[in-house]
Amino acid sequence: MSYFRPPLRHPNEPKNEVGLTAQAYEGPISTLCAGCGHDSISAAIVQTMWGLSIPPHRIAKLSGIGCSSKSPSYFLAQSHGFNSVHGRMPSVMTGANISNNDLHYIGISGDGDTASIGMGQFAHVVRRNLNMMYVVENNGCYGLTKGQDSATADEGSKSKKGRINPFEAIDLVALALDLGATFVARSFSGDKDQLVPLMKAAMSHKGFALIDVVSPCVTFNNHPGSTKSYDYTRQHVEAGAVVDFVPMEQEITLDQIQGSTRKVDLHNGDSVQLSKLAAEYDPTDRNVAMRTLMEHKAEDKLLTGLIYIDPEAEDFHKMLNLTDTPLNELGKSELCPGSDALQSVNQALR
Amino acid sequence: MNAKTSGQRAQPPVLDTTVNDFVVKFANVNGSGSASANNMFAKAIFRMGIPVAPRNIFPSNIQGAPTWFEVRVNDQGYLGRRGGLVELMVSVNPQSMAQDLAEVCTGGYFFYDNSYPLDFKLMRDDIHFIGLPLTDITNSHFNDPRRRQLFKNIIYVGALAYLIGIEFGALQSIVEDTFARKPKLIPPNIEALQTGFDEAKKAFDNPLPLQLRRSNKNEGKVLLEGNAACGLGAVYAGATVCAWYPITPSTSVAEGYEKYVRQLRPQSSDGKDRFAIIQAEDELSAIGMVIGANWNGARAFTATSGPGVSLMNEFLGLAYYAEVPTVLIDVQRTGPSTGMPTRTQQSDITISAYASHGDTKHILLFPATPKECFDLTVDAFDIADRMQTPVIMLTDLELGMNEHMSDELSWDDQREYDLGKVLSAQDLDQIDRYGRYLDVDGDGITYRTIAGRHPSKGAYFNRGTSRDEYAVYSERGDVYQRNMERLQIKWRTAPRYLPQPVITTRSDLAKIGIIHFGTSMDACHEAIDQLASEGLIANDLRIKAFPFHDTVREFILGHEQVFIVEQNRDAQMKGLIVNELEVDPKRLQSVLHYNGDPISAHFVHDAISSSIASSDDDLLQQG
Repeated sequence: MSYFRPPLRHPNEPKNEVGLTAQAYEGPISTLCAGCGHDSISAAIVQTMWGLSIPPHRIAKLSGIGCSSKSPSYFLAQSHGFNSVHGRMPSVMTGANISNNDLHYIGISGDGDTASIGMGQFAHVVRRNLNMMYVVENNGCYGLTKGQDSATADEGSKSKKGRINPFEAIDLVALALDLGATFVARSFSGDKDQLVPLMKAAMSHKGFALIDVVSPCVTFNNHPGSTKSYDYTRQHVEAGAVVDFVPMEQEITLDQIQGSTRKVDLHNGDSVQLSKLAAEYDPTDRNVAMRTLMEHKAEDKLLTGLIYIDPEAEDFHKMLNLTDTPLNELGKSELCPGSDALQSVNQALR
Repeated sequence: MNAKTSGQRAQPPVLDTTVNDFVVKFANVNGSGSASANNMFAKAIFRMGIPVAPRNIFPSNIQGAPTWFEVRVNDQGYLGRRGGLVELMVSVNPQSMAQDLAEVCTGGYFFYDNSYPLDFKLMRDDIHFIGLPLTDITNSHFNDPRRRQLFKNIIYVGALAYLIGIEFGALQSIVEDTFARKPKLIPPNIEALQTGFDEAKKAFDNPLPLQLRRSNKNEGKVLLEGNAACGLGAVYAGATVCAWYPITPSTSVAEGYEKYVRQLRPQSSDGKDRFAIIQAEDELSAIGMVIGANWNGARAFTATSGPGVSLMNEFLGLAYYAEVPTVLIDVQRTGPSTGMPTRTQQSDITISAYASHGDTKHILLFPATPKECFDLTVDAFDIADRMQTPVIMLTDLELGMNEHMSDELSWDDQREYDLGKVLSAQDLDQIDRYGRYLDVDGDGITYRTIAGRHPSKGAYFNRGTSRDEYAVYSERGDVYQRNMERLQIKWRTAPRYLPQPVITTRSDLAKIGIIHFGTSMDACHEAIDQLASEGLIANDLRIKAFPFHDTVREFILGHEQVFIVEQNRDAQMKGLIVNELEVDPKRLQSVLHYNGDPISAHFVHDAISSSIASSDDDLLQQG
């Protein structure tokens, strides 16, 4: 069961542009295992949405089934949420999104939910470039059913029971790149400094934004021999194009200028700044992104950061040529052709 | 009838002259363009004011396989499939000739292309062979190979105009309407019709004794496919999202929606669309989109057939339990599995009524005519929003993919959409604590909210897991059970919002009751009239919705012998009635037709009368 956090907070907690403290973005206390990477991701989401000053009721959070998909109950209590069926969040999200393009959409999924049962829907939501942030809380195993390997478990990774996984892992980042995703990032639940700016950029990106977050399962996949443990990930992670998110019209500080090498403008005037670590990296080139990804894989390194972005791509709403008024606000007078029109239909059927 | 081309064989019997009451069947090759010629034939009869019922019998194939088009003409307005042998066969497909010959009644006519010699093994002495060299005639008039193929069809329509008396003006008006936007095509089509007419006149001294004569029975009628009517209904219902996956025979629902929504929906000032049509990657995704869109406050629907319903089961369970309005149009075809994709059946009743695991049940609607397809589609959205649950409309290939003569469509401009219990921001301001699953009114229907409308109230986490009245996750047995019981209360509320069954009482003394639904209606009504002419009076009840109204049970209890006519093997509707109304199954006798063809009046008549003859003489005497 869920607990509610105590309402008392420090009176001087900072407020964002819409006058809310971070508390307004929180949810009930998580029931996930202590130390679960997913809780860090939830915290990053709270920080992101507060930082972007999006009113919580203008956000919708959707998920599939699994530990990851339970987590939306633990953040954004003031947002509508939909915990749907296993692997099918993308379709429910597509319907919701088409119904009201004015909200901000967060999809939470896991590696089982996305890379196995949900592979088909994942592929197609990428192709539609649906305007959403799609977070995969990737721990390489099925937590809720006690630790079976998932399709993102690396070949050679050892399960808690000591079995070596013989199958090639599905790399969702490479897959998304190949499918034409317009925003592809990877991060690590233990690196909030990287994750929060990535999420801010993902939310500002007009189109489908994937963030594959390695999020260790402390109970079933955090042992020596696992390639999704905290220790292994820390040892192998390599921050590529780490970003800093710069909202529109915000003064760029000296620190940001010194630390960054490249600026990518987003559709709404926001921008992302790439850190100096990625001096030579061009995240707007899909070929470069794919090659860099493969090179890191060959060296057994986990490439994180903003891997690819196409800020100009048309999103699904635009592809469908949908009117600006959300469909769910249209009434009879805007939708119903009326009796005279029906008479002419009758006439044509005689 | 004396055909100048007939051979030296024994003369077959000659049919009495029949006006406006016969069946013509066309045997074609699919993909050869015959459909538009055949439709022109049927529509010309419709425009002559004569009741007409055309039916396609087509293969699951794109080109080259046999396909048939059966047209029943009946001045009394019986439009179901009659059954029995046909009076006139128009044979344009040598592949199926043996089978087609066998379907002609004694004294009937076999019209064929005698550009090639007929196989003597196929000859029958008891029917008339009327040959016209269609290929030769076509080739002498048209040079282009594609045109030759297409116009051969138009030429036989022209020949039939002479033989059975189709008004040339009716044909001409159809050509003009059809090609209003491509006027160049009008003269060659008229020429083809005229050629066929003239050649037939040259070849045959007299027209056939099967004659069409202008009538006045089609006032206020239209000729329309059920699927197009469903699509149009969704436009009028204010549906803004159509998510679908192509599958025969439902594809033309989405196509109908697209055609009419583009043509009729009031334009937006920004010139952009007020509708989204999404061809999903599969049926699971299609229904997922529908659920997501409805959850978020837009009206959304999908259309599929049996295999799609199988795939959608999981999502239907979610929509039932999470209480999300959902509209699903199932155009049934012959199952199980892939079955016969282009043949009709009513065999998705059980799976639709109880789709998904756990204790689930769903509202079903059963239209019988294109007008009802339109009306019930509009109703389906109101019912789904009102009841916050899936509404599955069960139509079938026979209704969906054939043009039926139907009462014209009507719309009441005063009608408002019933969005059900949706709380606005102002409503929420009046409430202390909002509970998504709190049964405030005692009807089992709770209040929902739409995302984004209130800054601090009304948010809830929608889910397929057990939760309490405030949508908070709970695994407590009493909380779970309370919710399931409320869903049951809601289920009992449902009939209030559903269309009543249609009961036709011919006699208060009648001991026989006939229950039917959907496309069995026409065949049943004709069979009942036929039984009445033989002294057997029966009342009938047509089911339009599930859960059933009490009147269904009352009807069963009010008759000594009750037949349930349905188009499946397992008597699925009977099972539903026995299960849900707890009537003694012994009271119910099934009349089952499930070979994939539309059920016929002859079939219903014969099944009921032989059953009665063998069971109870009393019933016959009472009449």
